[in-house]
Amino acid sequence: MKKSMLVWFAAASMLWSVIVSAADVSLLNVSYDPTRELYRQVNAAFAAQWKAQHGDSVNVRMSHGGSGKQARSVVEGLPADVVTLALAYDIDAIADRGLLAKDWQKKLPNNATPYTSTIVFLVRKGNPKGIKDWADLVRPGIQVVTPNPKSSGGARWNFLAAWGYALKQPGGSEATARAYVKELYKHVPVLDTGARGATNTFVQRGVGDVLIAWENEALLAKRQLGGDTFEIVVPSITIVAEPPVAVVDSNVDKHGTRAVAQAYVEFLYSPQGQEIAAKNFYRPRSADVAARYASQFPATHTFTLGELFGDWRQVQAKFFNDGAIFDQLGPGS
Amino acid sequence: MRKRVLPGFGLSLGYAVAYLGLVVLLPLAALAWKASGIGLEGLVRLLSAPRTLAALRLSVGGAVVAALVNVVIGLLVGWVLVRYRFPGRRLFDALVDLPFALPTAVAGIALTTLYAPNGWLGRWLEPLGIKVAYTPLGVFVAMVFVGFPFVVRTLQPVLSSLERDVEEAAESLGAQRWQTFFRVILPMLAPTLLTGFALALARAVGEYGSVIFIAGNIPMRSEIAPLLIVQKLEQFDYAGAAALGVAMLLLSFGLLVLVSLLQRWSQRWAERSA
Repeated sequence: MKKSMLVWFAAASMLWSVIVSAADVSLLNVSYDPTRELYRQVNAAFAAQWKAQHGDSVNVRMSHGGSGKQARSVVEGLPADVVTLALAYDIDAIADRGLLAKDWQKKLPNNATPYTSTIVFLVRKGNPKGIKDWADLVRPGIQVVTPNPKSSGGARWNFLAAWGYALKQPGGSEATARAYVKELYKHVPVLDTGARGATNTFVQRGVGDVLIAWENEALLAKRQLGGDTFEIVVPSITIVAEPPVAVVDSNVDKHGTRAVAQAYVEFLYSPQGQEIAAKNFYRPRSADVAARYASQFPATHTFTLGELFGDWRQVQAKFFNDGAIFDQLGPGS
Repeated sequence: MRKRVLPGFGLSLGYAVAYLGLVVLLPLAALAWKASGIGLEGLVRLLSAPRTLAALRLSVGGAVVAALVNVVIGLLVGWVLVRYRFPGRRLFDALVDLPFALPTAVAGIALTTLYAPNGWLGRWLEPLGIKVAYTPLGVFVAMVFVGFPFVVRTLQPVLSSLERDVEEAAESLGAQRWQTFFRVILPMLAPTLLTGFALALARAVGEYGSVIFIAGNIPMRSEIAPLLIVQKLEQFDYAGAAALGVAMLLLSFGLLVLVSLLQRWSQRWAERSA
């Protein structure tokens, strides 16, 4: 009995060492929720490229979850080599704890955002309520589903898109933006904690007339459910949502993985990486790839966070911290 | 001296204390330590905010009402399961544990699917003007669900050890059915019912997983206190989150102390009526 246990143990440890030596490098990419499909393809393509160029196998492990929660896990010691989160504020929070340089967003092109998305509307088949633009969302009787900006990164983009729309209207000002957004959130029957939760509430539970969502999430929902249950409405103006990526300096130095981690994030900017992003409904930065997927991403007027609001630290303090604008607009203020 | 079952008073006490300290007190101390970062003024401001109060009212109020409902229904179900023999009794008995066994998120999603406006139950309730999913009523329904087994399971052993001849004696002395129930049976069950109440309450107050899916999370209306904690964490406000955690803990602790006082009082009541 003892002997056979020993044999098993030896066999298991041999198998383990074989696995370990075969996977020469291992990376951990800590990401947010809707990127599962995207990074599954990116990881396979990157591993093939790295193997061809360097002969080593790379095993990229993934961790997915709400963006804020993921950032917190990294702060608390999850050994991420690379973070790919929903908004820069969450990576700022990691930088604040000294795990990466404060100017991380300058280290990669395009604000360290290899792909973007935007905020669109998902409505029920045939668009029975005739929703075309932001103004329609606050018509009497319209119910809007969007998650809670206090707990969801995607919801913050939604909020800012709505605010920016109101600001950009003729005669728009802080005051009109405030009034519009206040009215908008009165039409929200459920504030889910995350973007996927809100999608489920709208799609599975049949709540609401319109879902404000990431474009990539809306396109994915439409593809998975078949095109005949929902329609996507692109509003006249919307925000460029920038989910950034970064190498976590102190972790890659500890693991000795800086070169491969750097190559991994740069791969996202390569033609192949851009192609994969576009296939997964993220708007590519490369004009070349964007041109080929133009039919998938209707043109619309957009503004960026930097143009209208400054950086995420300012936005967080002004809009979303406790007692800030979102709280002031809510009921109970 | 009579030999004890467990070896040595010193050893077993030491083990018990060390274990309690490691498993219960250490995390609590860490929580209190984190919370102290917010300062007294910050704590007062946090706890007096209308939104915090509304969330605490929903979480604690909902849990109290849910536990009360569970005590009544749990007593009925426990009684039926112990006293009557009917086909499928064992199956029903096993079903009682389901809320224990089900992962809370699964329970929450199942309840939401059921009570959503397009759900099996929701679609019939909606025309009647009753909205369950995404309202405080939904929070209450989920709390009843998770607390239910606690009452039944604490009650069952006591119910089966209840001597039937006491009831027969009451009856033969001319007691009405309601008199037998309220003056004989209930006093004997009261301490156990209170234990069940306390357990169901404690479970429901802090419940997140199953409640979060069915709560609408609208501030001041259908937002539970644990969600406020999660939101504070999203802002990396560890001190605020911990302070709210400590506040909930103290509130629950106060309620449990109250329950145990009631329990002692009910024991005396039981002894007096016996």
